[in-house]
Order: sequence, then C-alpha cells, then structure tokens
Amino acid sequence: MYEGAVQDLIDELGRLPGVGPKSAQRIAFHLLQADSDDVDRLVTALTEVKARVRFCTVCGNVAEAELCRICADPRRDPSLICVVEEPKDVVAIERTREFKGRYHVLGGAISPMDGVGPNDLRIKELMTRLLGGTVEEVIIATDPNLEGEATAAYLSKYLRELHVRVTRLASGLPVGGDLEYADEVTLGRAFEGRRLIDA
Amino acid sequence: MPLYRDDAIVLRTHKLAEADRIVTMLTRTRGKVRAVGRGVRRTKSRFGARLEPGMRVDIQCYEGRNLDTVTQAETLDTWGDVIARDYTSWTAAHAVLETCDRLTEEHEPSVQQFHLLAGALASLAEGAHEPGLVLDAYLLRALAVAGWAPSFVDCARCGDPGPHRAFNIAAGGSVCRVCRPPGSAAPAPETLELLAALLTGDWAVADGSGLRYRREGSGLTAAFLQWHLERQLRSLSFVERA
Ligand SMILES: [Zn+2]
Ligand SMILES: [Zn+2]
Repeated sequence: MYEGAVQDLIDELGRLPGVGPKSAQRIAFHLLQADSDDVDRLVTALTEVKARVRFCTVCGNVAEAELCRICADPRRDPSLICVVEEPKDVVAIERTREFKGRYHVLGGAISPMDGVGPNDLRIKELMTRLLGGTVEEVIIATDPNLEGEATAAYLSKYLRELHVRVTRLASGLPVGGDLEYADEVTLGRAFEGRRLIDA
Repeated sequence: MPLYRDDAIVLRTHKLAEADRIVTMLTRTRGKVRAVGRGVRRTKSRFGARLEPGMRVDIQCYEGRNLDTVTQAETLDTWGDVIARDYTSWTAAHAVLETCDRLTEEHEPSVQQFHLLAGALASLAEGAHEPGLVLDAYLLRALAVAGWAPSFVDCARCGDPGPHRAFNIAAGGSVCRVCRPPGSAAPAPETLELLAALLTGDWAVADGSGLRYRREGSGLTAAFLQWHLERQLRSLSFVERA
C-alpha cells in the first residue's frame, strides 16, 4: 500500500477492464514520472470523452451528436442492418469496407450466468427499428463464441416473426492459418457456411 | 511445475487481461479447477472454441501457485456448441452449469457431480426431452448428491410412507399430517409424481406429464434450490419455460 493520492490512482486504474494490480501500479508510476503536459493531455482526453461522446439514439454506436456518423450518412443503405455486440465491432467491420448498410449495437451478449438477459441489451430498440418497414435484411454479427451464437439464436427466433430476412455472418477458418490447427467447432462451422465456387 | 491431465467440462469463463480467459472446469478426478487459457480470445487461438461453457475436453494443465495454466485441450464432446444454437436449451444449460459451479469445490473430487453434469448436457444437446424437464431433473439430482435429497413420497421428517398431501421446502419435501409445519403447500399429486420421476430418472412418466404440473414442479424445484444455496442463482430467471 502507498500513501493517499498514489494509492487512490492505483485503485482507480485497477478498476479498468484488463488491468490487474501489477499493471495498475506500473501505469501509476509511469504517470508520476511523466511530463505534466503529457498528463494534462490525458486528463483532457478523459474529460472530453465524457463531455462530448454519447451513444447514437438510433443504433447505440458512439456518437458526438444525436446520431452517429453512420446513421447520419444518407448514402448508407437503410434496408440493411448489421447487429453487433460493441461499438468496437462497428470499427472492425468498417475497416473491411465491405458493408454499406447501417448498424445496431446491442451493448453485449446474452449471458444468463452473468445476469445479462435479453432485456439488458438494446434488443427492444432493434425491434422498434424493424417495425418501420424499410429494413429488409438483418445481418447478425455477434462474436463467434457461444454467447454470441446463443444471442444470434435468440434474435433470429424473434426477428423471423417480423418477416425480415435474418442472416448470420459466416464463421469460418482464420485466413492465414493451417487447416490442421483449426479446432473442431470452427472447422464444423466452416463446413456449414461453405459456398459455391463460380466456375 | 507439475503437469496433470484430466477429463473436464467447462463451467464458465471470465475474461482476463487482453486475450486470456480464466476457465472454471469440473474435472472427473480432481474436482473443480480454475486455469488460465492464454490467448483463447484471439481468433487464431489454437484452443478455438474448446474452452467455452458446456464443452467437454481432455485437458492438460500445469499447476500454478494461484491458478493453473491450460497447456493442451482436445475436444471430447461439443455439447456447448450444439446447445448454443437453441436458445431455450442454452438458458437451461446455463442454469445447470451455474448450479454445478455452486455445488462443487476446488480440488474436492466428485465423480457423481461430474456424471450428472455430463448427462444433463448430453441430454440437452440431444434434444430428447423438453429442456425444462432436463434442467429440473438435474437440479433435483445434483441437490441429492450434495446431501439435500428432497422427498416426494414418504414423509421427509418421520419417514411415514406416502404419498402425502402436504409439502414443505424447509422440512425437506412431502410431510405427513402429524409432521406438517403450518403454512405447508399442497401441490397437485401429479406434480409430486412428476418430481419423483425426475429424481429417479423415470422419463416415461416425466415426458408424459402435463404442462400445468411441469410449471408447478419447476417452481418447487427452484424454491428447493434457492433454499439450499446461499445466494440467488442468476441464470434461473432467464430460463425459457415451455
Ligand atoms: Zn447510429
Ligand atoms: Zn411425518
């Protein structure tokens, strides 16, 4: 344990995701030795992000206005919605430049053991968006793990009742890997998601 | 550092640092084990989906001071993956896994709990019975193995041969006229018959039971479980019932 302010900083840093007590201590001492300017910039960035950034009222993505950049862009196809767990997934998909539709950020995946049920996610908001009638296809791009898979199963069960096309992002083999190293589940899913090769 | 190998079922996982996961497993021979899976959250991880809840793996770990570390994992059964495609079964599986986590201790072998868990997950993956029935059968039997066997026929207090009309969770189940504490419930005889069938594995009776009795039975089973567990089971309220 350290004296007052240092320990307070270590405690606060330790509450961040993925930061253990040792890392918290390392970051705290790095900050103590850093230039005041560097620390000021960090403080400003933290204050600004809380003051300026909010969540898009339509899709739940991070936004600096009422709507996020994507929802405000008239060139994005409103008939396609890609459902993801977190804002960082939007960034990942945007990097591919493959997708021209819009997003819906759930804010996580269903995990009963952790006390997260359908009502804790932005699922009702998604249903409301679909009632408008402009959406033709919902692409479910939840994480390729079991929670993501079960969340997709839940969504497809209830979205089908609304008569929209529901598709799931194919989960296949990692590009650049060797087939022999793929686990059974990944390999099995890759078989399910196989496609016809144009001759 | 000592290495060990075991047959294990993954109960739950917690995120750790950037790409690691703490994996809680029930093993066949050494009870509950907590181990770190390094890099499992990377899409190129060699563990892939092997270390996810409901998967049965042939596991190799080395013992650490606080946490063990997974060095190898080979899939034996992909129950978790099959179950995750059916939302109702998956919510039931979460309640099964959470209960198992609560009823078992680290480094205290319980081969009976291991077999019960394996049986319940295999049954949910197979889809042979209604998921809610599989869950209730598992909960009742897991409680029985833990030493809290409920009685659905004879009096739980004096052993007077039943069936009896009155039922009391705190007393341990069915109670005779003499032993009956005030405020005891009077469930339908068909419900008690269903619960007895679930406890003994009489699936012909269980599968043929009416919806009304299944609902009442689930309520009593849940009440039993909560009575014996100190904290509420988080997943139980999310289970989709027929
Ligand atoms: Zn938006
Ligand atoms: Zn009695």
